[in-house]
Amino acid sequence: MNGNEFAAWIRRAAELVTADAQRLTALDAAIGDGDHGLNMARGFGAAVAALDALPEDATPGTVLTTAGRAIVSKTGGASGPLYGTALRRAGKALGDVADVDVTGLAGALQAALDGVRELGRAVEGDKTMVDALAPAVAAFEASVADGDALAEAAQAAVDAGEAGMELTVPMEARKGRASYLGPRSIGHLDPGAASTVLVLLALLDVARAEV
Amino acid sequence: MRLVGLVVVSHSRGLAEGVAELAREMGVHKVRVEAAGGDADGGLGTSVDLIAEAVRAADDGAGVVLLADLGGAVLTAQTFVADAETEVELADAPLVEGAVAAASTAATGADLAAVVAAAHGAYGFRKL
Repeated sequence: MNGNEFAAWIRRAAELVTADAQRLTALDAAIGDGDHGLNMARGFGAAVAALDALPEDATPGTVLTTAGRAIVSKTGGASGPLYGTALRRAGKALGDVADVDVTGLAGALQAALDGVRELGRAVEGDKTMVDALAPAVAAFEASVADGDALAEAAQAAVDAGEAGMELTVPMEARKGRASYLGPRSIGHLDPGAASTVLVLLALLDVARAEV
Repeated sequence: MRLVGLVVVSHSRGLAEGVAELAREMGVHKVRVEAAGGDADGGLGTSVDLIAEAVRAADDGAGVVLLADLGGAVLTAQTFVADAETEVELADAPLVEGAVAAASTAATGADLAAVVAAAHGAYGFRKL
């Protein structure tokens, strides 16, 4: 994937989170503070605006760090630092490579996950975005190790991310506002895991268009 | 003498300004205390740009301690600290008590580590 394809991923993610903003906000209203859809749409919208200002030949690393910086700056909720850090760490991991192969992307996804884990101090089972992202990254890496191309690896990541997202329903939250609800947080899908799946779906859409 | 400055980071502009007002009083109006509350549009949320602006204003040359309320404010403050080029640290502290303890300590000319420790120590003050 070159810089334009990474930009296409962020643009597609912005479309998907904006189209689903009401659902994300409804999920967040059940156990959080009810602004996740709005925040995601605002943050990724700012990322797209920042990408519009980049030169055509910007590297994948520059695309992701630029998008991440815009998201941190404009989101306004906890999702801003988390998604922003994820993208910036991924961008940093890519360095100044002009064309990223699936192995390079696997490494970047792992760096994104590490960044989210460090900042949010969340582990799997806490009912957060990590419950979707961690299995997705593991599935992407396993698929790449099997010799799969981008579209297959992205599909594996989406499948694992969706399964991880569904597993948040019976969990009791240990992070964020939902953690104050204790057992009453059980029975609801985590909005952060839901938005993570949308970002993974955006990668799949871009990968499919490329094949 | 240069004093450690403080920045109060809250989801609410009103809350941040109120805590900053209280901390200024406790810092006997010698300590620079700035508020970074709400998002860039004044709504509930936090903004890394507002934090950056407040840190610049609070910096007297001896470093700046950040105090944050909850969740996203803590994450945004941490994200700012990770990139900061000046001496700045986020205190693990309750917002109001931490700000009061930090301001009181900063006013004595204590260094950054001592002010952070004072803010953290505020967890030990029971109300009853």
